[in-house]
Amino acid sequence: MSKKTNMIISALLLLALFGAVLGLEQMLPPTHIALTVLKKGCIYALVAVSMNLLNGFTGLFSLGQAGFMLIGAYTYGILTIPVADRASVYQYFDGGIVQFSVPVIVGLIAAGAAAAVFAWLIGLPVLRLKSDYLAIATLGFAEIIRAFFQWDKLGRLTNGSNLLRKFPTFNSIAFPFIVTVICIGIMVLIINSSYGRAFRAIRDDEIAAEAMGINLAKHKRMAFCISSFFAGVGGGLLAMYQTSIQAATFRSSMTYEILLIVVIGGIGSVTGSCIAAFLFIASSEWWLRFLDTEMYIGSFKVPLLRTGFRKVVFSIIVMAVVLFARRGIMGNREFSVSGIYDFFKKKFGRKEAAK
Amino acid sequence: MDFISKNLPYLLAGISVGGQYALIAIGYTMVYGILRLINFAHGDIFMVAALVMVYASASFPLYVTIPLVLISTVLIGFLVERVAYKPLRDAPRMSIMISAIGVSYLLQNLALYITGGLAQIYPSIPLISNSVSIGPATTKVVTIVTPVLTVLLVVLLMWLINHTKIGMAMRAVANDFETSRLMGIKINSVISMTFIIGSFLAAVGSLLYFTNYASVVPTSGAMPGLKAFVAAVFGGIGSIPGAVIGAFIIGICENIIKGLGWTTFSDAFTFALLIVILIVKPTGLFGEGASDKV
Repeated sequence: MSKKTNMIISALLLLALFGAVLGLEQMLPPTHIALTVLKKGCIYALVAVSMNLLNGFTGLFSLGQAGFMLIGAYTYGILTIPVADRASVYQYFDGGIVQFSVPVIVGLIAAGAAAAVFAWLIGLPVLRLKSDYLAIATLGFAEIIRAFFQWDKLGRLTNGSNLLRKFPTFNSIAFPFIVTVICIGIMVLIINSSYGRAFRAIRDDEIAAEAMGINLAKHKRMAFCISSFFAGVGGGLLAMYQTSIQAATFRSSMTYEILLIVVIGGIGSVTGSCIAAFLFIASSEWWLRFLDTEMYIGSFKVPLLRTGFRKVVFSIIVMAVVLFARRGIMGNREFSVSGIYDFFKKKFGRKEAAK
Repeated sequence: MDFISKNLPYLLAGISVGGQYALIAIGYTMVYGILRLINFAHGDIFMVAALVMVYASASFPLYVTIPLVLISTVLIGFLVERVAYKPLRDAPRMSIMISAIGVSYLLQNLALYITGGLAQIYPSIPLISNSVSIGPATTKVVTIVTPVLTVLLVVLLMWLINHTKIGMAMRAVANDFETSRLMGIKINSVISMTFIIGSFLAAVGSLLYFTNYASVVPTSGAMPGLKAFVAAVFGGIGSIPGAVIGAFIIGICENIIKGLGWTTFSDAFTFALLIVILIVKPTGLFGEGASDKV
C-alpha cells in the first residue's frame, strides 16, 4: 500500500470518526456521561501524547506535566476572561492587573507558549540530571509552581487561591476534538521529522547519539519545550472543560494518572496513548461506575460494592497491566491503516498459499 | 531572649517533624541504595499505618494496638515488595518506578474506599499526646520523644548494618548487586529485610507524626513521603546518617519558614532545596560519588 493511499484512508477514517462523534452528540442528551468521557478523553489524549513525546520518544523521565498544565490553564484563564467580568472574578484583588482579553485560539496558543517558556527556564538546570533524579526534580518544580500560583502577593494576576472563572468555554465536543487532532498531528510530524529521529537516538543510547553529532542539550531542551507546549494547551482545554481553575487541583496525582495512561497505551506509541486515554477515562468515570452502587441479586446483597470500590478495582487493573503486560496495549507500534492492511494480506495470503 | 521565646515553638516543632521525616527517609534511602528505586509507595505505607492505628484503636486497648500497627505495616511493606517489585527485578528501572507509582495509586484508592472519603480522627496516644512546657513554649510530649527515639533507632539500625550478618549482606548488595548475587547472598531475603526495616520505621514515624495532627486522609502520606525523599537525596542517597541529618535540616527550615509567615512556600522550599542540591552536589551531603561506566 502506498504512503499516499495510507494517508488518504487515515484522514478519511479520522473524518468519519469526527462525524460519528458529532452524530453521537446530536443523539444523546447533553448531560450524558459518554459525552463527558469523550471531552475529557480528548484532553487527556493530548496531554498523554505530549508526555509520551518526552518519556517514550526522548527517554526523559519527567513528572512535571501537571505543573505545565497548570501554567497553561492559568495563562488561558487570565488572558481570556472578558474585561466586563474581571471585577467580579478578581473581587479580592481590585479587578486584577490584566485589563484586556484575547480570543480563545490566541489564549490557547499563549497557554502553550507560556508553558514552553517555563519549560525552557526549568530545563536549563534540570535537564542535566539523569533518569530518576530528573523525575523527582520535575515533580518538585511542579509543586513549586503550584505554590507560586496560590501566593497572595501574585493575587492581582492569579487570583491567589481563589477560583478563576467566567472565561469562554466550549459546549460542543467538536472544539476539543479538533484542537486535539491538530496538536497530535503536529506532534506526529515532529516525531517523524529528523528531530524526532534525533530524539529516539537519544533515548536508545545517549553516548552513541552524541557520537553521531546530535547536540544532546539542544535536543533534550527542545523535546522538553515541545512537550510542555502541548501540555500547556491541554491545560487550557482542561480549564475550558472544568469551567473554573484552581491551582490546588493540579496535584502530582494528575501527573501520575497521565503517566499511567502512557504506560497502559504503550511507551513510545502515539495511537496507544490516545486509545489508552479514552479507555482510562471511560473506565474510571463510566464503565466501572456500577461498582459504586449497592446491588442486589434477588435478596442477595453483592458484597464490597460501595462508593469508591470502582477506583480500587480500576487501580488493580492498572497494576495488572503494569506488572503483566508491561508493553501496554500497543507496545511501541502504531495503529495504522497500512499496518492492518499488511496484517490481513499476510493472513489471507498464507491461506491462499495453503490452498 | 524575646527572639528565642518567639521562635522556640517553631524550632521545637521543626526538630520533631525532622525526626519524623528521618524515620521515613531511612526507608527511602535504604531501598534506593539497594534497588536504585524511588519507592513512591513508601509515603502511602506511612498513611496506611496511620489508618490501621485509627481502626485498631477503636476496638483494642493501646498495648495491643501499637504492636498491631507495627506488624501490619511491616507486612504491607513486605507484600508490596513481593507482589509489585520482585517480578520486575530484571526489567528496566523505569518500569519498576512506574510500578511503585501504581502501588501508590492503589493504596490511596484503597484507603479512599475503606474510609469512605471521610477524614478519620486520629486517636490520641496517652503519655505522648500530653502537653508539656519548655521555658516559654508549650508543646506536646511527642515533640521531645521524637528526636530521642529517632536517634535511638538510628543507632540501633547502624549497629544492625555494621555488625550483623544481614547488615553485611545489605552493604554488599548495595555496593554491587550482581557480584553479591554471585557470591551466594540471597538477594530476595536481603531486599525483603530492607523493606521490613523501612516499613517498621515508617510505622513508628507515623505514630509520632499523626499525634500532632487531628486527622488522616488518603493523601496524608504523599507530602511527608516526598519531603522525606528530598531529605534522603539531600543527605546523600544510600547514606543513613545523611538521610537523618537531611531530614532534621528540612524539618527545621520548613517550620522556621512557617514561623516567618511564608506558609504557602514551606512545601515549595523543600523542593527548591532539592533542585539546588541536585545541581550543586548531586551526590548529596554524605553520598558516595558513582561513576557511570560506558
